[in-house]
Amino acid sequence: MATEAEVYAGLTEIFHDVFMRDDIVLAPELTAKQVQGWDSFKQIEIIMASEEKWGIKFNTRELDALRCVGDLAKMVATKTS
Amino acid sequence: MTDLHWLPTLPDWRQRLKNLPADPATAWEKAVGLANARLNFVLTNALDETVRRIFPQQPANLPTKTVRLAVLGSATTTHLLPAIRVAGLRRGIWIDTYENDYGQYLQDLTDPGSALHAFQPTAILISLDAYHLTSGITAAMAQDDADAALAEMQDRLHQVWAAAREAFGCPILQQTVLGLHRPILGNNEHRLAGSRAWFAARLNQAMRGMAAEQGIDLLPIDDRAAMDGVAKWHDAALWHRSKQEIAPTIAPLYGDLVGRWVAALQGRSYKCLVLDLDNTLWGGVIGDDGLEGIVLGQGSPLGEAYTAFQDYARELSRRGVILAVCSKNDEANALEPFDKHPDMVLKRGDIACFVANWQNKADNIRAIAQALNIGIDSLVFIDDNPFERDLVRQELPMVAVPEVSDDPVFYPVAIADAGYFEALAITEEDRERTAQYQGNKAREALKASVTDLPAYLRGLEMTLISKRFDRIGLQRIVQLINKSNQFNLTTRRYTEAEVAAVMTDPAAFGLQLRLTDRFGDNGVIAIIIGRLRPDGDLYIDTWLMSCRVLGRQVEATTLNLICQEAARMGARRLVGEYIPSKKNGMVKDHYARLGFATKETGNDGGSVSVLDLASFIPAEIFIHVVEG
Repeated sequence: MATEAEVYAGLTEIFHDVFMRDDIVLAPELTAKQVQGWDSFKQIEIIMASEEKWGIKFNTRELDALRCVGDLAKMVATKTS
Repeated sequence: MTDLHWLPTLPDWRQRLKNLPADPATAWEKAVGLANARLNFVLTNALDETVRRIFPQQPANLPTKTVRLAVLGSATTTHLLPAIRVAGLRRGIWIDTYENDYGQYLQDLTDPGSALHAFQPTAILISLDAYHLTSGITAAMAQDDADAALAEMQDRLHQVWAAAREAFGCPILQQTVLGLHRPILGNNEHRLAGSRAWFAARLNQAMRGMAAEQGIDLLPIDDRAAMDGVAKWHDAALWHRSKQEIAPTIAPLYGDLVGRWVAALQGRSYKCLVLDLDNTLWGGVIGDDGLEGIVLGQGSPLGEAYTAFQDYARELSRRGVILAVCSKNDEANALEPFDKHPDMVLKRGDIACFVANWQNKADNIRAIAQALNIGIDSLVFIDDNPFERDLVRQELPMVAVPEVSDDPVFYPVAIADAGYFEALAITEEDRERTAQYQGNKAREALKASVTDLPAYLRGLEMTLISKRFDRIGLQRIVQLINKSNQFNLTTRRYTEAEVAAVMTDPAAFGLQLRLTDRFGDNGVIAIIIGRLRPDGDLYIDTWLMSCRVLGRQVEATTLNLICQEAARMGARRLVGEYIPSKKNGMVKDHYARLGFATKETGNDGGSVSVLDLASFIPAEIFIHVVEG
């Protein structure tokens, strides 16, 4: 299982690549509203980049339940365990 | 494999993207370099965004033609556009893109006041999703209804093509139907007239015929998906979420398929495949292993894989791709398999330009382009050796160098997937091309070396690990002593016991040298045995080296090490002997090149040379030396 720190490090790289900004600091409570340009397409990029990075797959219900970065991090951690 | 596996991974890619200059004059070449890396969809988007920021408009004075590509789609195509633009960039081509409002492709085409008409495309990609193309098809249909529906769909495609052609008179690329429908009947799905899966298959077949008649080019994603698996191309969950028929993860490949079409339209496909020989066309080293020793043909899986690669190359040449050879070898050795090995698929007549020598490959590739009188940017160079690949990429960034492993099974895959030789049609001229080139030209004298090799070597981070002979290395040392033919000054063969005796002889030393660089560990690549003579001379009994590391200053570095050992033993001079054999002609002047004075020359071409240790000045070298 990826540790919380590993998951956040991996997600940070993905966010930096997706938004092309190195100043985004991920926190569990961070949501799409707080990051400029985080629309539904970027959301898909983040999800698919996460799936690719950790070799996991999210199902439709799981994706619908995502509210914040913390939800995503938790799901990655669970799926890599 | 659905990623751009033939492109190299650049470890500092993100940093280089950040460092792209804001000045358009210098940014373009660098951006082209970044596009020629193995990028996933996220990095592709990042590159596209950066490039669009630096270049609000196309850069001035490009040697390529700018393309205004309209992507007419029935579903979401926004996520494909960056990858298409980056695929253009990869080939030095600026692509402006347009996409219609969701689903409105027909209105866009037929309304002269539409944004599409204002855009004035010079190329059109029609990307219709499989749901759209099979709408109305249902298992309830009888055969007649299904046939009528197919005819109607063909009519509609005709109309779309006619409208596009009439309005813009430009080349059209029609995407085929992705086979994403699950069967309703089962294995014998084709017996169900109203099956959507079967309908899509029939439409794909019909499209090939129609496209040939109408002069439309195809983007056969059905064929790609058949190889890669439809699941790599289409994710039903994504379709439900965002109406993306083509998954964003495969966008880089999709974009590249479009990019190679765009390049082919401009006549910018590659024309010539330049082949390395040892461990690329056959297994092993012809100069060391000999005709009987190389791995090729029936009898081993590896040998058959090399044969299969040769067959693929020959098929390419039969449809007009020029073949050339660029190998570090003595020419006579290199030609021998072509003339004498029964399992060689490629013959001398298949090779339009044959270059085998010991010069660096960048210069040789330049010479090949010159000899064939084709642009150096139309060459693809395949080599199993990462050092050679990297050298050519650095010196000649316009030459395509596919990234391959040491498994020949994947050589045809790399070349085919990269689409270097994309051609839209085949002409009689294509078929005769190799023969023409063969007739025009054989081997021209090679131009003087112009590659800045020292600068390149400095960047290689080479480390030479010097170690005395030891028990662990013994087997490998014996193997090298008994196998090396080409770079071998004396060709003395020793048994394990004889080598072990060197380890305990106080008047002798044995060195095994291992070379690492940023590509990894090359293993033990050189063996030295020195013997102190009663007269105080240090005689170099054995000096052999793997030809793989030739031209990398290993020779000069090794000499420094020998001098150290000699000094430690109290020697005043080094004595080096060259004993000629059938295969070691390449080291005839080895000692002279290193600054030895030739003392005796025999009738057989052999020689004895000496180096005075007191006056010896070590050469400047870029190799870091450590004691192992």
